[in-house]
Amino acid sequence: MTALIDRFNGAARRVPTWPLYILCAIPGFWFFYLGLTGGLGVEPIKALEHKLGELALQFLIAGLAVTPLRRHLGVNLLKFRRMLGLVAFFYVLTHLLVWLLLDVQIVSQIWADILKRPYITVGMAGFVLLLPLALTSNNWSVRKLGPKWRQLHKLAYVAVLLGAIHFVMLVKGFQIEPYLYLAAILTLLALRIRPARRKVAI
Amino acid sequence: MAFRWTNDLTRADVTPERLFLNRRQILGGLAAGGIAGGLGLRAEAQEALEPNTWEEITSYNNYYEFGTGKDDPARYADSLVTSPWSVTIDGLVDRPGDYGFAQIMEAMTVEERIYRFRCVEAWSMVVPWNGFELADLLEMAGVQTGARYVAFQTANRPDQMPGLARPVLDWPYVEGLRLDEALHPLTLMATGIYDRPIPNQNGAPLRLVVPWKYGFKSIKSIVRITLTEDEPPTSWNKANAREYGFYSNVNPEVDHPRWSQATERRIGGGLFARRQPTLMFNGYDEVAGLYEGMDLTENF
Ligand code: HEM
Repeated sequence: MTALIDRFNGAARRVPTWPLYILCAIPGFWFFYLGLTGGLGVEPIKALEHKLGELALQFLIAGLAVTPLRRHLGVNLLKFRRMLGLVAFFYVLTHLLVWLLLDVQIVSQIWADILKRPYITVGMAGFVLLLPLALTSNNWSVRKLGPKWRQLHKLAYVAVLLGAIHFVMLVKGFQIEPYLYLAAILTLLALRIRPARRKVAI
Repeated sequence: MAFRWTNDLTRADVTPERLFLNRRQILGGLAAGGIAGGLGLRAEAQEALEPNTWEEITSYNNYYEFGTGKDDPARYADSLVTSPWSVTIDGLVDRPGDYGFAQIMEAMTVEERIYRFRCVEAWSMVVPWNGFELADLLEMAGVQTGARYVAFQTANRPDQMPGLARPVLDWPYVEGLRLDEALHPLTLMATGIYDRPIPNQNGAPLRLVVPWKYGFKSIKSIVRITLTEDEPPTSWNKANAREYGFYSNVNPEVDHPRWSQATERRIGGGLFARRQPTLMFNGYDEVAGLYEGMDLTENF
């Protein structure tokens, strides 16, 4: 097992990250293309909005899995974490843009919806929290912010939770899927809690 | 009675243009003889609305008994056995019992009704239904004087309906109308679309169509109709009373708590479809009298 993980980590180290940005963004463009050409059914706007929302949540969760994987299994994907986070942000942003430009369309209604519809408010809060994280996901910001950078990026936990709660709130009737996402997130968050260390004498 | 209501969206909206021109010529000829003058005029005054295609109407459905995805019904509804079929009509009726589908069809006059269809999710279609008035079916069973409401129930067959395995709603699906709504000439029992038998995903072999209410009121694959004195429970209202009322009339001024009902998107416009304003009672103003004196914000 350990040998396997070592080999995996070794291989992962040799994979360059930049092509992965492109690779991971391809589904978004692909679904847009399908929407244009009838591949998403007769109501492509909702379908695209849903696909992008799911991808956003999935990449957010993938980003959240990096630390527990390393801590508990020794699998080191740390170098991909920024990529995963930025790709997730790309999907949240395009999800939001589909909502604004294709779905709602009407400016006065957009603002009303953000304030009046709790599930939109929650999704929007998730987006707003992710914005500074995306803007500071570069080496310069990491250096500039120092220890504050880590503090700031803890907002990701809240944003992912908001994303999942947004999903729970928007489905009709009782559906299991959003709860599975929420459970995955809570599990990944729980796995980051370190067992309480013995108190260090001051 | 059949033919108590005449389409405002006309056959012209369904028939390919070439055929329609022929038809118009025929109508014109008849009109000259003073027989179908009214029809001819109405064809002139038709709205510029095109019914949705067969493909659109039969591939984008909400029928949670087959799954919550819009394409699930088209994918899985084949497993529903619709023949033989019978509808139990009971409660406050003179002749309660099981009415076989063939027996019903023999007694009914099937006509075409081209209706706007507005889903509570703010999308809409125009559907050329074939069917008969619910009033005629109720007359077959003989409504008793004490009856004030009509309750409906969808088939509940876990072996044929995979979606029933999930507790999305409290199965079986039930709906209800006030008796005067049920007897209104617009209220249809649909058995076909585009002159073809109604496909399973659209509610075969017979379903309700109440065009001035949100789509979920138009319950599918009906197995039971019960005349009652009290307002019957309805599925979405049971699931979330704050979001779905008993009446659920299309009303652009009363928003769903989670989205605006002021506008809707016609299915079929592609990725850049524009929204259009939603009409009060989905454009069927003739039902307004049913709700006179009622606060429609309270009774949503
Ligand atoms: C953290 C950010 C967000 C995440 C992770 C997220 C995720 C999701 C997911 C998973 C879905 C459901 C997809 C499905 O049903 O298959 C969804 C739907 C939706 N989201 Fe988001 N979302 C986020 C932010 C937003 C924002 C900022 C808006 C708009 C202001 C928004 C608007 C919507 C809408 C309108 C729907 C569809 C609701 C419907 O079915 O009518 N989301 N989102």
